[in-house]
Amino acid sequence: MKRIIIDPVTRIEGHAKISLFVGDDGRIADARFHVVEFRGFERFCVGRPFGEMPSLTARVCGICPVSHLLCSAKTGDAILGVRPPAAAVKLRRAMNLGQILQSHALSFFHLSSPDLLLGFDSGPAKRNVFGVIQSHPDLARAGIRLRQFGQDVIERLGGRKIHPAWAVPGGVREAASEETCRELLDRLPEARATVQTALGFIKKYLDAHTEEVEVFGNHPSLYMALVRPADHGWEHHDGVLRITDHTGKVVADDIDPADYRTHIAEEVERDSYLKSPYYRPLGYPGGAYRVGPLARLNVCTTIGTPLADAELVEFRQRAGGVANSAFLYHLARAIEMLACTEWLERHLTDPEIRSPRHRAEAGVNNLEAVGCSEAPRGTLFHHYTVDEHGLLTSVNLIIATGQNNLPMNRTITQIAQHYIRDTSAIPEGFLNRVEHGIRCYDPCLSCSTHAHGQMPLHVQLIGADGGVIAEVKR
Amino acid sequence: MAVVTLTIDDKPVSARAGDSVLAAAREAGIRIPTLCHLDGVSEAAACRLCLVQVEGRGRLQAACVTETAEGMIVRTQTDTLREYRRMILELLFTEGNHVCAVCVANGNCELQSLAAELGMDHVRYPYLNPARPVDVTHKQYAIDHNRCILCTRCVRTCDEIEGAHTWDVAGRGTLSHIVADMGQPWGESVTCTSCGKCVQACPTGALFRQGSTVAEMTKDREKLGDLVTARRDKKWTV
Repeated sequence: MKRIIIDPVTRIEGHAKISLFVGDDGRIADARFHVVEFRGFERFCVGRPFGEMPSLTARVCGICPVSHLLCSAKTGDAILGVRPPAAAVKLRRAMNLGQILQSHALSFFHLSSPDLLLGFDSGPAKRNVFGVIQSHPDLARAGIRLRQFGQDVIERLGGRKIHPAWAVPGGVREAASEETCRELLDRLPEARATVQTALGFIKKYLDAHTEEVEVFGNHPSLYMALVRPADHGWEHHDGVLRITDHTGKVVADDIDPADYRTHIAEEVERDSYLKSPYYRPLGYPGGAYRVGPLARLNVCTTIGTPLADAELVEFRQRAGGVANSAFLYHLARAIEMLACTEWLERHLTDPEIRSPRHRAEAGVNNLEAVGCSEAPRGTLFHHYTVDEHGLLTSVNLIIATGQNNLPMNRTITQIAQHYIRDTSAIPEGFLNRVEHGIRCYDPCLSCSTHAHGQMPLHVQLIGADGGVIAEVKR
Repeated sequence: MAVVTLTIDDKPVSARAGDSVLAAAREAGIRIPTLCHLDGVSEAAACRLCLVQVEGRGRLQAACVTETAEGMIVRTQTDTLREYRRMILELLFTEGNHVCAVCVANGNCELQSLAAELGMDHVRYPYLNPARPVDVTHKQYAIDHNRCILCTRCVRTCDEIEGAHTWDVAGRGTLSHIVADMGQPWGESVTCTSCGKCVQACPTGALFRQGSTVAEMTKDREKLGDLVTARRDKKWTV
């Protein structure tokens, strides 16, 4: 069997490579996404006091540190056995919305828009955020400012844009000032206008590119996300888990996240440091499920804000019910950005987020705890056990991107099989399509902010005898 | 009171006989970096950061334990001294596990600020990455041995100011470590009065209040010196 390797995969957050396996008939037989970095957080956090975990795990990533910060603080709440004050919950929610907004803006404007605006077959030297700045300066500027706005929400609440040590077990360290709320509210209309421009662009693009929607990861899978307990609406911080299938049927509902192990199991594969979680009742790999914006919009009843709900209705019409194509992640992210601006407005106008009662204090009251929240890329779990003094004895992190691992493999296999018909000569644009299949999921491979836009792409076609048949470098 | 006159960094300085070079320099406004020195307790000369060159003496001298003498010529800032001080800091960083970004004392740490001040922008030696424990058995305070630089300020503060002598040093070489009583978990120590003076004395994040998160552990080290002065001068005697 021949093997084509795309290494590194560019314009994603982290280091990865793709292997395409060529069968004896010369067609692509299988594809694998390998995450080649190793972090080891689950091991080296053992022995540390649990109160350090929000800041320790925030260092997993520079793009979504807030997700780990909040999820870990929630796990800490459970170890203390306290319910954080209402102000703290609202403040954490506001920061998570800022986080989702900036991360989604990064995914669309900085990482994916070069493919969509400039074309999959455009020259790789231009096919990056700088190329977009040249060809669409207004859109690029608005996109960069949108991400900045999301970052500023984090900074104004937590003191710094990246790695704020603000959320702590029991609540948050500081409430929002009136000035912070006012200044952020003043900038909301511009952010919302940018989101609406992006939304309009993506919808127009989808109208004209039905092939991509058909081919980029259009396959059945389960979907999982947090929902509001009362009405099963869109949720990003608290709530219960809901799992639906590709037809929209609810497979499991009202799952307490603390009970995740009854429903989710993890498989470790030999060729990747990314774990592969699956829905336990359906087994491995049949229980593959997707998380993130696409899943959140598929499982929720409503979003709960007028503009985003109108878009949700249109999204479902466009997808014909349940959105099963990974290409629709782009649209789902844009709709979520709109929802973030609306929910942010509600929180920032709520006087309670300025309350001085925002941190509950207690000792170690539970020796095992699970925290769960929605990161931009999907559901995030932190699971700790501690000794009687609060030193960690075990840590398990289930990261959103890991949960998309199995579907990502399936997506790139589908794309490779569709576009790469002749493995003896592969145009660069085809390989970029395979990479884009990964970008649809906006995977965060937890390696901070390295941008790989200019990295070389090295592809080798290796024959059955082990010899290199063809080689492409860029 | 006898007075001696000496020269520090080409500046004529007078000092009380018996004063250390460090005290004389500080009084004259000349800064010599220190880590184990703490106003109010005896000197240990453990960190070696205050090394100075004294003319006529072949070896470098620790300013905190070198007595001033008439006609002494002292240099506190030479290339050799700067190099040695950086090296000492690098060795302290390699010997423990100092991760400023996630430390309770981030921004309030003497080791960290000295590293910045003395231009320690990288470490040339391999890290030892020792496996050291964290003791969180005390109700109010905790000790993270990973961040301990063995300056023994806590040992001296507990002994000399509080009079409890809970802390001591056990082991030898790189295995040296601070122990409570005869190696008990801190929470089980019968001598500890939970006064918290050791926590204030600690230059790093090794000793901290329970529940502190990143950069939350501010320390008021001057209070300890003030306390000793007030006792000596009987300020609070009624």
